[in-house]
Amino acid sequence: MADVARAADFRTRLQQWIPKLVLSPSLAAILFFVYGFIFFTVYLSFTGSKMLPRYDWIGIENYVRLWGLSHWWTAITNLGIFASLYIIFCTLIGLALAIFLDQKIRGEGMLRPIYLYPMALSFIVTGTAWKWFLDPGIGLEQTMHLWGWESFEFGWIKDRDMAIYTVVIAAVWQTSGFVMAMFLAGLRGIDNELLKAAQIDGASNWNLYRRIVIPLLRPAFLSAFVILAHLAVKSYDLVIALTGGGPGRATELPATFMYSYTFTRNSMGIGASSAVIMLMTIAAIMVPYLYSELRERK
Amino acid sequence: MDACFVRKTALALTVIGSAGAAQAADVEVLHWWTSGGEAAALNVLKDDLQGQGIGWNDMPVAGGGGEQAMTTLRARVTAGNPPTAVQMLGFDILDWAAEGALGNLDDVAAAEGWDAVVPEALQAFAKYDGHWISAPVNVHSTNWVWANKAILDELGIDQPADWNGFVTAMQKVQDAGKVALAHGGQAWQEATMFDGVVLSAGGPEFYKSAFIDLDVDALGSDTMVEAFNRMATLRSFADENFSGRDWNLASAMVINGEAAFQIMGDWAKGEFVNAGKKPGEDFICFRVPGSAGTVTFNSDQFAMFNVTDEGARGAQAKMASAIMSPAFQSAFNVVKGSVPARTDVPNDAFDACGKTGMQELAAAADSGTLIGSMAHGHANRAAVKNAIYDVVTAHFNGEYDAETAAEELANAVEAAM
Amino acid sequence: MGSAAQDTAVHTGRVARTFIYLVLLLFALFYLLPFLVMLINSVKPLSEITSGNMLALPAVWTIEPWLSAWSTAQIGVEPTGLKPYFVNSLLMVVPAVAISTILGALNGYVLTKWRFRGDGILFGLMLFSCFIPFQIVLIPMARTLGILGMAGSTPGLVLVHVVYGLGFTTLFFRNYYAAFPTELVRAAMIDGAGFFKIFWRIMLPVSGPIMVVSIIWQFTNIWNDFLFGASFADLDSMPMTVALNNLVNSSTGVKEYNVHFAGAIIAALPTLVVYVVAGRYFVRGLMAGSVKG
Repeated sequence: MADVARAADFRTRLQQWIPKLVLSPSLAAILFFVYGFIFFTVYLSFTGSKMLPRYDWIGIENYVRLWGLSHWWTAITNLGIFASLYIIFCTLIGLALAIFLDQKIRGEGMLRPIYLYPMALSFIVTGTAWKWFLDPGIGLEQTMHLWGWESFEFGWIKDRDMAIYTVVIAAVWQTSGFVMAMFLAGLRGIDNELLKAAQIDGASNWNLYRRIVIPLLRPAFLSAFVILAHLAVKSYDLVIALTGGGPGRATELPATFMYSYTFTRNSMGIGASSAVIMLMTIAAIMVPYLYSELRERK
Repeated sequence: MDACFVRKTALALTVIGSAGAAQAADVEVLHWWTSGGEAAALNVLKDDLQGQGIGWNDMPVAGGGGEQAMTTLRARVTAGNPPTAVQMLGFDILDWAAEGALGNLDDVAAAEGWDAVVPEALQAFAKYDGHWISAPVNVHSTNWVWANKAILDELGIDQPADWNGFVTAMQKVQDAGKVALAHGGQAWQEATMFDGVVLSAGGPEFYKSAFIDLDVDALGSDTMVEAFNRMATLRSFADENFSGRDWNLASAMVINGEAAFQIMGDWAKGEFVNAGKKPGEDFICFRVPGSAGTVTFNSDQFAMFNVTDEGARGAQAKMASAIMSPAFQSAFNVVKGSVPARTDVPNDAFDACGKTGMQELAAAADSGTLIGSMAHGHANRAAVKNAIYDVVTAHFNGEYDAETAAEELANAVEAAM
Repeated sequence: MGSAAQDTAVHTGRVARTFIYLVLLLFALFYLLPFLVMLINSVKPLSEITSGNMLALPAVWTIEPWLSAWSTAQIGVEPTGLKPYFVNSLLMVVPAVAISTILGALNGYVLTKWRFRGDGILFGLMLFSCFIPFQIVLIPMARTLGILGMAGSTPGLVLVHVVYGLGFTTLFFRNYYAAFPTELVRAAMIDGAGFFKIFWRIMLPVSGPIMVVSIIWQFTNIWNDFLFGASFADLDSMPMTVALNNLVNSSTGVKEYNVHFAGAIIAALPTLVVYVVAGRYFVRGLMAGSVKG
């Protein structure tokens, strides 16, 4: 009798432990491979590491040098321009396409994968095509000239002040379709009865969307923002494929800066300190989101 | 923790390296020579080794003139799994040697007498602390101008003898409605031109004090301002569309007769030859006007990593010896457009430009005017090199005027030292 | 949760509809253009590319570039084409996607149906891991793989991809399962069903849509990864993207754009197929969970 009770007790205890056991390998992996490595990077940023990691503590010197580099300021400024335009345009285009596609469109099944596919391709694949397309000598400008529009000019990629905008164009091309899918999913989740009721009340389409639909899409906006923001901060291959950071250093972003200092300039300490700044930026965006996300669930 | 990361790495290497050494005598080679001609040249080496029963495990990582390969290398060494041999340039070799990651080739070098046949200036990068650590494959030189002969003949332009002559010649080409200077707007290409331009403006002594000794006064001097002015002149002769262009596309402009001149290292010759052009007939090459007599060089080498297994070491030594054999040096460099890294290789197989190059290399090595190229990491370490790149490319793209550029150059180099 | 086929109640006039179609088609063109440029130029002889218009149809059609990219193009010393690397990529992608998806499903299940103190924080920690810039993990990861003896091997690459995909897959499944009625799980528990039985019998059968999202996401990211492939792969585990990079970014020689484009399309084919085939379910899956708060 007592044995049975003990066995049952053991079973319940086991049942309590199984979930934690199942979770623990993932958790351990993440603690080590993510947080351990972040800690390592933070530590490196206070050392004089050059080509390989070194463990000589030099204090905040790397940070002082980092903020003294005009190159870093260019990267930060570019990130500001790039991230805000990228997020705004992706959201606007994604939302517009989702709303339009939600109007009983014939051929939606054809259009959707067309909008989505750029997300499937890496810039190693599309980089050359984009570079061509934007190059005034062989791309759009040249094609327009050949087609008889002689005065057409599109040489942004060669222009120090405009090149960052071509990076925005390519980035928007890649992700706006994905954002569209997120909004479309949100739209399809909205209760139709609600809309019908509003229509009976005589609301115009415009007002319907402005007053009712868009506010209901708040979660989709939030998810889109978080995904776009982190993609913007991590953007690397895009710049390498399109401009290589040029003309001059005009399209350098923090991610390319970090890579270049860590790996090609043998200044791992400075690279690590720029990575720490990037991580802090990401945390500043993410932590409030996570907080609201988690509170809502409680 | 501090007990030297590399030593631990070396330890890990013994453990893990031995796993790979089961196939004993193979070499694993990390390189970025993936285009047809270069790969053909490497195949000469591969076949040679296979003839001796040594397998070739190919590890190509292209991109950015080896930048990507260097990242891969760092991951490999950190993992304790370094390749046997790695294509490498200039100060990178010395940096790896300083980390204690490279092997020792003294035995082969002594047996084959490398000391006597490799120019001093090259040895500076192939030896560390008096020990041979790497096998130089070739010597490239950066202060060359490549010109389309048909255009020059048509416009009655002679090979320019000095800088002013060069400017006049470019002006003539531009007036005739052609592109005077084919240029690719990437930082390293601008730096390559800067090598030649600084030499032409200040001569070899100035070049040395600025780029090798990093003398701040020289970097900010009026001579440097003049060099930047000349860069601005060059820019005014390039077409609108230069930014981001690959160097071989710029070469193609000269080959196709769209442009008259290109300032580029001697690897450009491969493009001309592959396009069926003949040196002296279809195109001519000459030193950047004002820099004749001096050779700024860079040298591709295979740095040999620390392998502990006997079999692997044997294979490594054989590879080094194969690289240094006069037959390979000749075969490879004929294809690549460079000149051999040893001075006793017969020049029969080389074309006009190649013969000139070999002669000038030997002469410059004797007279002490064989100087490491700043643009290609043979004058200073990567941090300094890239700091110079930043300023040169910023100026070339119109961000600074010449005075500011010289001032910034001094600042940037000082900050990177 | 509505079905994907459902439309909104909004009605639009004829002018508005024409405008909508026009905008949708224009954007379709915008998205397709780079791909069209690649496709058109991959079936042209090189001479036509260097002399002509990038958007002009080929005067002479050729599949030579495709054959070359697949089996004879120079990747390193060997003219192997992309063929062998395709297999390497598959060997890496399939286990990595499978493992990270299964782990993500289990994690999501635990975090929503077997809640305990502090689970929110743990989830936050996992989620934040999605946002780490990969460049910073290269060196410590290389060292770890070396210690584990997995450097330069396919299992090593699988490990890396699983670890850095876990955050995403956990997020997907957690949000999806959060919408699933907990009462059902409770009832099963009272009936004596254990942890795994509930997962297997109740949760998995309804996980189709989110499974698709997770697989598409992971497949795309892992297949397209270059940085990890270039850093942690050996000659016999080198993935497609690294080979493609060697093809496209070779430093000298005539640039065979047609071969480059053909190679790029070949490299992208698997992800394209996945998107086109599973794309329908993608929106449905997103709808079913991952975009809800």
